[in-house]
Amino acid sequence: MRFSQTLQVALEAVRLNRMRSLLTVLGIMIGIASVILTVGLGLGAQKQVKDEIAALGSNLLIVSPGSTTSSSGVRGGFGTATTLTRADAEALTDSTVAPSISAVAPVASASESLAAGSTTWTSTVYAITPDWLTVRSRSLTSGRFITTSDLSQQNKVVVLGSDTAEELFSGQSPVGQSVTINGGSFTVIGVMASSGSTSTSSTSDDDMVLMPWTTASAAVGTSATTVSTIYLQARDQDALSSAYQEADAALLTRHKVGTGDDADFTITSQQSLVSTATSTDRTMTILLGGVAAISLVVGGIGVMNIMLVSVSERIREIGLRKALGAKPAVIRSQFLVEAGALGLAGGLLGLAIAALGSWLLPKMIGQPVTLAWWAAVGSLVVAVGVGLAAGVYPAGRAAKLAPIDALRRE
Amino acid sequence: MSVSQDSVVTLDDVTKTYQTGAVAVQALRGVSLDVRRGEYLAIMGPSGSGKSTLMNILGCLDVLTTGRYLINGHDVASLGENDLAEIRNKEIGFVFQQFNLLPALSAWRNVELPLFYGGVPAGERKERAIRALERVGLGPRIHHRPGELSGGQQQRVAVARALASEPAIILADEPTGNLDSASTEDVLSLFDELHRTGRTIVLITHEQEVADRAQRMVHVRDGHIIDPAEVAA
Repeated sequence: MRFSQTLQVALEAVRLNRMRSLLTVLGIMIGIASVILTVGLGLGAQKQVKDEIAALGSNLLIVSPGSTTSSSGVRGGFGTATTLTRADAEALTDSTVAPSISAVAPVASASESLAAGSTTWTSTVYAITPDWLTVRSRSLTSGRFITTSDLSQQNKVVVLGSDTAEELFSGQSPVGQSVTINGGSFTVIGVMASSGSTSTSSTSDDDMVLMPWTTASAAVGTSATTVSTIYLQARDQDALSSAYQEADAALLTRHKVGTGDDADFTITSQQSLVSTATSTDRTMTILLGGVAAISLVVGGIGVMNIMLVSVSERIREIGLRKALGAKPAVIRSQFLVEAGALGLAGGLLGLAIAALGSWLLPKMIGQPVTLAWWAAVGSLVVAVGVGLAAGVYPAGRAAKLAPIDALRRE
Repeated sequence: MSVSQDSVVTLDDVTKTYQTGAVAVQALRGVSLDVRRGEYLAIMGPSGSGKSTLMNILGCLDVLTTGRYLINGHDVASLGENDLAEIRNKEIGFVFQQFNLLPALSAWRNVELPLFYGGVPAGERKERAIRALERVGLGPRIHHRPGELSGGQQQRVAVARALASEPAIILADEPTGNLDSASTEDVLSLFDELHRTGRTIVLITHEQEVADRAQRMVHVRDGHIIDPAEVAA
């Protein structure tokens, strides 16, 4: 008996029981589609987070004041304490203290009202140094960036984020125009290119005002000594961990702290941000994927149930086929192939639904879906596997039927 | 009993015991029977006589408990499930009381089934199936499904199916039990014709007028085959 003939008989059975086959296939289809889509949503979320963190800048370390946990186990004022100073940042630029660090960008910030003509807008003013541009891997669309001479001369100049420029000047070229901040007038010298980040948080990377820190401490009252963040750029990817250790050691010494447990600052790397964010997403993916996998198992039980019904409904047919000379192995493979074909059909339909969903979902809920080829191939294999596994027991029962009992059954 | 050269079926002191729970039911108590090639034999008996058991043994649908059964030279007693399937496929053509046609398949597809399981190539299967249907007078109806045919026509499809694989014997189990008298005559005259062309037919029935059409008749009672003269007496 050739396989093509077995396949022919099995497909005929599927065709003859269209409604029943369709319902069975639906179960598998839903399972497969939900597995692929949940995995796709999870991967999409992970990719989104990675992209956003990558947009922060390359080989970046972020030093924040305060500590996540103190030695007594009490959470310190992470991000709010005022323990980081410009002198700390200055110290880290020393190539003997921190040879792995290529650039340092201390930042202080304040929320301010802006005005350009009759247009007003509220944004965050960042008091920065010229190194900020390279450390954060950003670029300008027009004008120039803040220079060391702007810093030394306390020039009243600002560089605007792309969104801020759009809000204040709505399409006109902002370069050369003036902006009023805290009663003072500032000349716009450049506009940042969009960060490309899709973040919707209120502190967008594209809504900001960059100002020389010397100007800022005089004009908008940001501290001349303490900073809220120090961005560090490692020489390259490989220097990241040595840069981390150098910064950690230098700051511990400067702050006269004995052990890292008592540190009054926290250094985070892109890597740690990525892994924190992705591990959260991974947990969600596993959770949702688990639910989807359960629905796949339920689909498999559906196939088994249908195949068992099919066997008992077709007892006379099986008996007749055996009386006419069908060997047990032929009957078994007929039912197995039928179950496998149902699984495959469900898998293919599920794949189609998932493809449709990956196109529709981003439009409907704004979440990106990344379809993974391994999830698609894996699901198809699982679908056929579930079908076959669910078919083993019913097929065995069909093969073992004694032809006389089967024929006598009314 | 000696095994004659032209015997297609030889039963030698066959017994069949069913174990139902603690009770052993002896359905056949030593049956010996010889069917010669080309013979048209009717096996008669009331229900419960062991007639159906005998039919199952003859059809290789069931295995005997003791004794010996040769069909076309094959000793069936020693065969396993797969070999029995092959014997059923090659040596026996079944005609059932319930017709047992697959309702979803057209007449010729029903007829080709034994050839399908016998591994005959597709082209030859169709050709032989159509020839068998023409033989039973259903040439114009090869594409009809069983539901579109009368009872007598359905049974003729079943006979065509039994003929298609050129078996050693045609085993008909109450073939007219579900037919009206016109269709009964239809099917029985088909058997007569097959007999004339040299087919070996074993027909199982409880109706005297059906059995009368056969060339020879044996009676089964209480698991024994008894002499026709004894019944008459």
